[in-house]
Amino acid sequence: MPKATHETPIGGARCARVFSALGDETRLALVARLSTGQPLSIARLAEGRGQSRQSITKHLRVLRHAGVVRGVRQGREHCFELRREAIDDARAALDRLTREWEMALHRLKHMLESEAVPSQEPRRKHKRGTS
Amino acid sequence: MAPSPTDSIKAQIEINAPVARVWRALTDHREFGEWFQVKLESPFVPGQRTRGRITYPGYEHLVMEVLVKEMTQDRTFSFYWHPYAVDPKLDYSKEEPTLVVFTLQSKGSGTLLTAVESGFDRIPAHRRDEAFRMNNAGWSEQMGNIQRYAQSHP
Repeated sequence: MPKATHETPIGGARCARVFSALGDETRLALVARLSTGQPLSIARLAEGRGQSRQSITKHLRVLRHAGVVRGVRQGREHCFELRREAIDDARAALDRLTREWEMALHRLKHMLESEAVPSQEPRRKHKRGTS
Repeated sequence: MAPSPTDSIKAQIEINAPVARVWRALTDHREFGEWFQVKLESPFVPGQRTRGRITYPGYEHLVMEVLVKEMTQDRTFSFYWHPYAVDPKLDYSKEEPTLVVFTLQSKGSGTLLTAVESGFDRIPAHRRDEAFRMNNAGWSEQMGNIQRYAQSHP
């Protein structure tokens, strides 16, 4: 079955970095601020957070490294905006993981139920062909 | 303390086999490997790591490693791992692992098996509201915002 080559398997290492980047309250709050879609400057992002611009810059660097935000220029100001692709990927990865667990549990069910079990339910007695 | 909606994922299945049988299929590393599709090198032991090569077609170059947390016979089996540790060149040991918990409940002559993987959302629950003071509904609502934004910016 052909697969898109740019797609990393099982969610991909990139998603690990996204989750990891989002696993911090300051960074999540920055993402929340940026989720309106409007690019914001570091000064705006630092407003009301009680943290230095230096600290915000550090957090933005982590987000940018994970691909969650990107830097954009607005006139003379250096701003950051959300990269929707990264968030979409992260969300899809959670869905994919759920499906993978469901598939794994189905394999387990199949493995156990196809064993030669002493049948307790006469109506579901089936032939034991192989095994 | 209720976790946020995206902190965990959950899968559940009813298996027509006794709890003790399901327990063995979960905790015997060879049996686990059969359905999980991994060739584990050593048995599961609480507090210890077990690793092995994935046998799922197409992913054989990957190695998975789990750190067993709890084994309470016929009840609970849990381990930590890195769910996205799929790039052999990257070191995931510094990232927070997620916790996978299998719970077994007998149901009729069968077993209800629940798998919950948690830890995707790393914010401590008591500080989550602070992180989302602009939006008290939390992370799922936030994801909705992000989604809406995404859709309006194709």
